[in-house]
Amino acid sequence: MITYPFSYQRAASLADAEALLGANPDAKLLAGGQTLIPTMKQRLANPPLLIDISGLAELSGVRREGERLVLGAALTHAQVAQSTEVRTLIPALAELASHIGDPAVRHLGTLGGSVANNDPAADYPAAVLGLNATLITTRREIPADKFFTGMFETALESDEILRAIAFPIPRRAAYAKFANPASRYAMVGVFVAQTTQGVRVAVTGAAPCVRRITDMEKALEASFDSESIAHIQIAADGLNEDLHGSAQYRAHLVTVMAKRAVTAALA
Amino acid sequence: MTTVTMTVNGKTVSGEIEERTLLVHFLRETLKLTGTHIGCDTSQCGACVVHVDDKAVKSCTMFAVQAQGRKVTTIEGLAEQGALHPVQSAFREHHGLQCGFCTPGMIMTAVDMISRGAATDRASIRRELEGNICRCTGYHNIVSAIEAAAKEMGA
Repeated sequence: MITYPFSYQRAASLADAEALLGANPDAKLLAGGQTLIPTMKQRLANPPLLIDISGLAELSGVRREGERLVLGAALTHAQVAQSTEVRTLIPALAELASHIGDPAVRHLGTLGGSVANNDPAADYPAAVLGLNATLITTRREIPADKFFTGMFETALESDEILRAIAFPIPRRAAYAKFANPASRYAMVGVFVAQTTQGVRVAVTGAAPCVRRITDMEKALEASFDSESIAHIQIAADGLNEDLHGSAQYRAHLVTVMAKRAVTAALA
Repeated sequence: MTTVTMTVNGKTVSGEIEERTLLVHFLRETLKLTGTHIGCDTSQCGACVVHVDDKAVKSCTMFAVQAQGRKVTTIEGLAEQGALHPVQSAFREHHGLQCGFCTPGMIMTAVDMISRGAATDRASIRRELEGNICRCTGYHNIVSAIEAAAKEMGA
């Protein structure tokens, strides 16, 4: 026995999960568990109740709605990576999913779980922000720019559940990640997308929370090629600093990975 | 306490367990299937990989209650009627193990990658082994064993 004791309930439906969460403010939703369970095993989390939402049909599936692709929150990374629709319409997203963790983690870990957790070094937040996706919850739709509010913090209320994410289908996009060799988390990951609304550049791993680099967006709007951002260096102030790399190193990597992402998007 | 029922290696099994029981503990301690190993407590080493509904997962990163009603295959369930699975034979043939501690997880991961058609060349095999750590660093022969098994199985 490693985790603290807890009770467990499998939700029969999304409404059931919502009611359980409303009645138990300290409960945690369990989807893939690939972050939550290791955290509980380290006794860094002690939820009294786990509400299992993994099998809910309401959270699954990939469907095209006009010019956007709507992905259920409980899709696993492996399902996103293998989905024909995702591979055809947003190949950068399928590619990103295929490099999260390792194969066993990808079989269980979920899109919604990763996005709702908002780990500063997670991959998906870069795609959500970079593609200007819309987060569809049990009670509203939240634009990506309003969703990621800080390190491990999102705009989700304590009893609100992420149902699906609607990704606009880009003209071109790519994700370039400099992975930590041990954990495979992003030291720096840059998602670049060109859509009908313009160019977006989103960076994960570098700072406490995923963020856009508007200077690069403007430069790429003017000319979408890697040379147009080669001179743009972001400030190291406030960037993550740990035994894997200094803030200055991460600032340098942002430009390197952004250039690689642009080159990949044009390939 | 709660009762959990699942199919393990083709047999229906159940047990009265604490909710916090990890699947690996249910397999090892309740069912006494000690072929599945625990090599770390941080979900990193892959010694505990089993198949749940034919997909490789880390049984240390799943609670037994999550496997309720599902089909679990462990290293003990691979050999059929005493004949080693082709991946097991290949690990023996190519000396794909040194101390053997990581081997059950390596083999379960290998069977999964071959069945997905992902063991196409040595570089792909190494990438697919990202979640399995061999403390003896015997990767060269592990990759050779998987490459040979994939050929043998026509994947």
